[in-house]
Amino acid sequence: MATLLAPPETEAPPIGPPGGGGHGDDPGRGGFGGGDFGDAGGEAPGWSPPPSIYLTGIWVALASVVMFFAAITSIVVVRSGMAAHWTRTAIPRILDLNTLVLVASSATLEVSRRALTARRGGTFAGFLWLTLALGAAFLAGQLEAWRELAARGVYLASNPSSSFFYLITAAHGIHLLGGIIALAYAALPAGAIRKGWKPRTAVDAAAVYWHFMDGLWIYLFLLMVTRL
Amino acid sequence: MSDARQGAIRARRGAAGFIRRSVFSRDHKVIGQQYYFLALFSVLAGMALSVLMRLHLAWPKARVPLLGGFSPAGAPNGVMTPEYYLSLMTIHGTLMIFFVLTIAPQNAFGNYFLPLQLGASEMAFPRLNRLSFWITLAALGVLLASFLVADGPPISGWTAYPPLSAVGSIAGPGEGSGQTLWIVSISLFCVASLFGAVNFIVTVLELRTEGMSLMRMPLTAWAWFVTAILTLLSFAVLLVAGVMLILDRTGHTSFFVPGGLIVSDRIIGHHGGSPLLWQHLFWFFGHPEVYIAILPGMGLVSHLLSTFSRKPVFGYRAMVYAIIAIGFLGFTVWGHHMFVSGMNPYSGFAFSLMTMAIAVPSAVKTFNWLGTLWGGKLRLTTAMLFALGFVSLFVSGGLSGIFLAQPPLDAQLHATYFVVGHFHLIMGVAAIFGVFAGTFFWFPKMFGRMMNETWGKIHFWITFVGVYATFLPMYFLGLEGDVRRYAELADKFLIPLIPLHRFISVAAFVTAGAQVIFVANLFWSLWRGPRAGPNPWQATTLEWTLPSPAPADDFAGRVPVVYHGAYEYGVPGAEADYVMQDAAGPYPAP
Repeated sequence: MATLLAPPETEAPPIGPPGGGGHGDDPGRGGFGGGDFGDAGGEAPGWSPPPSIYLTGIWVALASVVMFFAAITSIVVVRSGMAAHWTRTAIPRILDLNTLVLVASSATLEVSRRALTARRGGTFAGFLWLTLALGAAFLAGQLEAWRELAARGVYLASNPSSSFFYLITAAHGIHLLGGIIALAYAALPAGAIRKGWKPRTAVDAAAVYWHFMDGLWIYLFLLMVTRL
Repeated sequence: MSDARQGAIRARRGAAGFIRRSVFSRDHKVIGQQYYFLALFSVLAGMALSVLMRLHLAWPKARVPLLGGFSPAGAPNGVMTPEYYLSLMTIHGTLMIFFVLTIAPQNAFGNYFLPLQLGASEMAFPRLNRLSFWITLAALGVLLASFLVADGPPISGWTAYPPLSAVGSIAGPGEGSGQTLWIVSISLFCVASLFGAVNFIVTVLELRTEGMSLMRMPLTAWAWFVTAILTLLSFAVLLVAGVMLILDRTGHTSFFVPGGLIVSDRIIGHHGGSPLLWQHLFWFFGHPEVYIAILPGMGLVSHLLSTFSRKPVFGYRAMVYAIIAIGFLGFTVWGHHMFVSGMNPYSGFAFSLMTMAIAVPSAVKTFNWLGTLWGGKLRLTTAMLFALGFVSLFVSGGLSGIFLAQPPLDAQLHATYFVVGHFHLIMGVAAIFGVFAGTFFWFPKMFGRMMNETWGKIHFWITFVGVYATFLPMYFLGLEGDVRRYAELADKFLIPLIPLHRFISVAAFVTAGAQVIFVANLFWSLWRGPRAGPNPWQATTLEWTLPSPAPADDFAGRVPVVYHGAYEYGVPGAEADYVMQDAAGPYPAP
């Protein structure tokens, strides 16, 4: 995360006018139209934040997401270690398929991003929409898993184990829904994208989030299989 | 001012007037001011509740007809019921901790001044900033709505321990919809705080202007940065707890409710939960929260002691490392709130050791504050007085923390007035003194006028003496075994303590009354205070390079260049006794 420390620290007070010796160029300070997602209305005119804020923002937000699921993990581990009133939940088989779908969506997202780098707009947009479709399919599959459990008479409040199953899948699903919205934001103008940093930034930031949600799901899936 | 710049300002402010300028404004300064007034409203409401509570504790049969009119069930004929006392206590704690101590030092001053001190013209994500203010306001509305539901606000205190907070109205008045509103409010507050924290962290990492290295940042900016990291990591955990408590209350899950529980002679239908899980989750948030409240005050006090001693901060780097150390250690000590929960004594030992380790960076800070003052040319402005008061309160409130950190002592002192005195002095009043200091210091930059110093000093002295008279005797009450959260002192061993309680109540009324001086000074100065120049305190940081009040477009598109650290006071060979951070060129070496 070396980029986080830019601009580089300069210990000795530099001498001379701005831009003179001592200061490296800060590539972030170009003349981009800025503000949240590029709309300058309302922000200080003539000033704009560097595009790197979006990627940094995603990483910072993910630290919070990690804490959210770490807290859930610790409760699951502690609670599942207590014997009283604990009936293991049979994890619906459809989750295997859902996991494959989500992993595939990460792959298609990467294909899309590479196409963006290569300026192949059609492939970029196509695979981005495919990623979105796979993400939606995953969420539909999760709902199907809930229906399957409910059909077996296992509801949210049946047992602490089933409560955790619904809590974890719902919390991950809501986070993934955020990823779908972010990707859709990147994909909607995809047809018109030629070049430039702004769509690139949006796609990159959304991609980090998406891959993270993918990895998080694999982790949560293993947690549920082993503990619930 | 050039026409182009005026045009730019107009474009930014928008032609549509009030709604656009305030409701939808994404200007970090407007949002900061809105947070300030939200916190001001909350602190006055919270203080009014504490006055009612103190009245009830000292004179339990006293009639308050107004209260009887407001809540006929909670105060029939104007005499408070014990349950209503607990309701007021819950809302007092919640308002003060969340909507005052979390909001005012960080979101109010931080939003206004972090970008200015870093030389940026905005926060990183202005829309997210606007969103988090509105969610915070909604959270406040939801919390206060608990006064309007049939059985009033919850009675479970600001910690809302399950199982009684999870089983519904059977647990007492206020535990029905009042408690549900409370936990929804807190969950909303979590979301808003997380958004705000992302904004602060990214702003510090990405938007520092040219030459503003991390080690040239003012200590205020460092404190806001570390506080935002604590917020980011701890509020996420409280959010999980909040969601689970909501599910326990409304979805009949059993995360926190054990099986076979009998409440009010009825068996509760839940089974299989553990109330201790809540305590772990809550205090994993709750202890960092203490530092969320106090760290910005520490940063500001370092800043002010240097500015008004006309000396550099003593040991700037040590101060930075101490802030980071306090923040880090703050995550390792949550168990000291749970010594009497039946935890393994070895765990208690570990939590005790980590807790006392916090004394080390805290002592570094106190030592460096004294070192900063030593030999300085002190300017005893009101802001400086409040900063000095902060140091005093931090010591006298902090030392009792070392007592409470010992499990054997805590077994005796837990849930007594000793604890109430401790956290009010160090977390409540010290942090509020930080807010007072910040108000007097930054008022000229925020509103373009000076506050009245004479009335400021009168307000300071009454408040300073008043809070000690209120909270120091609580240590003695606690040592005598006076249990907190009792609405009346009816037990035999408590009756002799009533005179001391009456003394505390009178001190509290005088202190609360003195706050009228502050509020009057604030609003009078808003319109009638003398106009402030750009840098009335002869301070060095970038916000003082701008006119007062700070113009709508901040640095007007200019990227300031920083050449100096934040505390270059009394520099040998310099023209004045201070060097602004953006003063170009070297000053003559000694």
